[in-house]
Amino acid sequence: MINEGKKKVWDLYQKEIADNKYYYARSCIRQTFFPASEWAFIDILRNRLGKDIFDDPKHTTCSGIGYHSDVVPFQTTMTVIARHFALMTEAGYENITPSCITSFGIYTEVLHAWEEHPEILERVREDLYKATKREFNVPKNLAHTSDVIYKFRNQIAAQMTNPLVDVHTGKPLRVVDHIGCHYAKMFPSKGVGGAEFPAVLSGMVDAWGGECIDYPERRHCCGFGFRNYLVQANRGYSVANSMKKLESMEPYEPDFIVTNCPGCGMFLDKWQYTIGEMSGKSYGKNGYGIPVLTYEEMAGLVLGYDPWDLGLQMHQVAVEPLLDKMGISYDPDKKYCDAEGKLISLPKRPTGIRSI
Amino acid sequence: MVSFGFSILPTRAIEYDKNDKGCADYVALHVPSSSACIGCGGCSATCSAGNFTEFNIRKIQMLMKRGENQLYMEQLHKCMLCGKCLAVCPRGVDTRGMILAMIEYMRKK
Amino acid sequence: MMKSVVIIGGGVAGCKAAVELASIGYRVTVVEKECSLGGNLNNWDRLFPDGKRASCLVDALVSDVEKRGVTVLTNVEPEKVELIDDCYNILLSDKGLLKADAVLITTGFTTFNAQRKEEYGYGIYRNVITSVDLENIFAANLLSREIGCVGMVHCVGSRDEKCGNMYCSKVCCITAVKQAIELKQMLPNAEIFCFYMDMRMFGPGYEELYREAQEQYGIKFVRGRVSEASEDSEGRVAIKVEDTLVGRPMRMKLDRLVLMVGMEPSPGTNRLAKLFGVEMRESGFIRGVDPHMGANITNVDGVFVAGAATSPMNTTDTINDACAAVLQIDKYLRK
Repeated sequence: MINEGKKKVWDLYQKEIADNKYYYARSCIRQTFFPASEWAFIDILRNRLGKDIFDDPKHTTCSGIGYHSDVVPFQTTMTVIARHFALMTEAGYENITPSCITSFGIYTEVLHAWEEHPEILERVREDLYKATKREFNVPKNLAHTSDVIYKFRNQIAAQMTNPLVDVHTGKPLRVVDHIGCHYAKMFPSKGVGGAEFPAVLSGMVDAWGGECIDYPERRHCCGFGFRNYLVQANRGYSVANSMKKLESMEPYEPDFIVTNCPGCGMFLDKWQYTIGEMSGKSYGKNGYGIPVLTYEEMAGLVLGYDPWDLGLQMHQVAVEPLLDKMGISYDPDKKYCDAEGKLISLPKRPTGIRSI
Repeated sequence: MVSFGFSILPTRAIEYDKNDKGCADYVALHVPSSSACIGCGGCSATCSAGNFTEFNIRKIQMLMKRGENQLYMEQLHKCMLCGKCLAVCPRGVDTRGMILAMIEYMRKK
Repeated sequence: MMKSVVIIGGGVAGCKAAVELASIGYRVTVVEKECSLGGNLNNWDRLFPDGKRASCLVDALVSDVEKRGVTVLTNVEPEKVELIDDCYNILLSDKGLLKADAVLITTGFTTFNAQRKEEYGYGIYRNVITSVDLENIFAANLLSREIGCVGMVHCVGSRDEKCGNMYCSKVCCITAVKQAIELKQMLPNAEIFCFYMDMRMFGPGYEELYREAQEQYGIKFVRGRVSEASEDSEGRVAIKVEDTLVGRPMRMKLDRLVLMVGMEPSPGTNRLAKLFGVEMRESGFIRGVDPHMGANITNVDGVFVAGAATSPMNTTDTINDACAAVLQIDKYLRK
């Protein structure tokens, strides 16, 4: 592998990322499965980087899951998106940063459709006005939240307390980065590094002392596929995709997987449990799974946030072996406690993959 | 083991490196003209068996060359050995001989 | 007075045209930006379909050029052009001035930069090489004897909207067949695959060579375009391709993946077309005034074109095209 060659590709795909004043668009899946990730993102931006980010309670789903599952027509999705832009405009912001890759893909697709067909934009303006009496400006800058972290990766590195290094050997951690199909496959020029060798996550990993692994099925989809996983009988097709990736990365013995898209993070984590329960197979060392982190969680760990504040107890795959490797201290007794320190309850233990 | 109401799908891809190419090697050795196929489909267009059954001689010999043996073995006996495929092949492939060689290989095995 | 022709580009087309123009009595100057004549052939080991060494052809052309008293200017490029009294005044990069009654553009092609097909990882994966790299490996006798499995990908940078090249580069199919045979001759135990979209065996002897590759050398032809290459932990190349004639995706690992890079108009072709105001095709190659009767005649009076500056072309056709351009130039200068 010639890393210089990769950097040449990355240079071709440098997108514009606003450097302050963001309107934050939350993700359905991230705030449900990794709620602390969104908290950590806002906290890092506000309190570590001194940025202005607006978290709007009026903001809703982008309807992406419905759109991709064929239950919400595109016209409706566009109007929902237009409402987000209206909320952004009303709040006095011009840069929008969605937390979800599906939302990012849809925002990009909608903006592209409006650029190519101004008459569609006019129709959407009318629809939104009729429905809500709202008006909107098209955002000046659209960047995924990972783009924003990528932009400030060196500032974060400057405040780093736990680099992505194995404290016992001093070697960089081996990281698998998974970008999510809708980040750059549809519109390669809108992703940092393009579709084939995206740099958005690997750039963070590099800046924070880790080492990214390039394995044969790196570019393969996690299998989310919306309409596919939604139907129980189709999930075997969905999980087979994650399994293909896990089998391909296993020989490289990755220390963890970092995901861009909340859906991919959920699947790569939870399907390891499913595969473990169905077949007894685990992909990590000593019977553990391969831990899966969101990039907010990765940034949070690097910056010294408490693992339980970051919500790592929400994961199916045990993260403790990773925390031990990074030399991060944590209180095992607090893992399943609420904010007041009271034990909520203990989850059922998986049988296929090892847990702590 | 837990059941979640679905099973994990096996891959549909031809895993070339893992496949058994024994039959392909045998046919290549005994029917050398088989290598000249260009996949035009002249043989299967005219095939007596192919007009009434799933038997597709072009596809069968391609699957054989990739080592996807389980997919065509059951089909071989459908060939009527009429020889029309021989007559139309623009590359002079001994198509009939190829089927016979495949049957022979499977029998020996 | 002897009329003069300036030929820009000293590759196969330029050399051949220079020799023929000089032999019928014109004063000929060849302007070449590199330090020697021969163009792209200097980067090639052997030619299809007969396996002739490219250097033999270059040597023969250069020796004819010398014999015919053609003036050869190397390491220079035209910088400015002015038409004064039906005569082209061409200012060169070394400040020299050439006067020409007719100009022939033979600036040819450049091979496609395979890094632009990002999915193949050229320049990133060590064992992904181009057909040009393979020629250089052959020429330097550097082929590793450890190679067990090689894949050749046809149409890299050709017939591909994604890199903006809609046309067929014509020579890559036969080059793949030639190189596959050479590989098999050097590595008799290796398994060699050609991944093609269509086999375009247009030239005399090409289809026969294709068949020979199948029958004599056991080269395996798979109809399908490789969609992605990656590297495994041992540095081998893992590919994804569909065997379209079986209708199923196929996965395999290779020791080398050879990208059959297509042709693009050379930067010189682009620059010269603009300098002389010559009309280009959408592809960037130079357009003749008529596809049948005026392929070598440009829209600018007294400016002609030949060889791969007009479209992808093999060496045989380039030589013939140069001769055809010579006849057009002669006709023009006699009037």
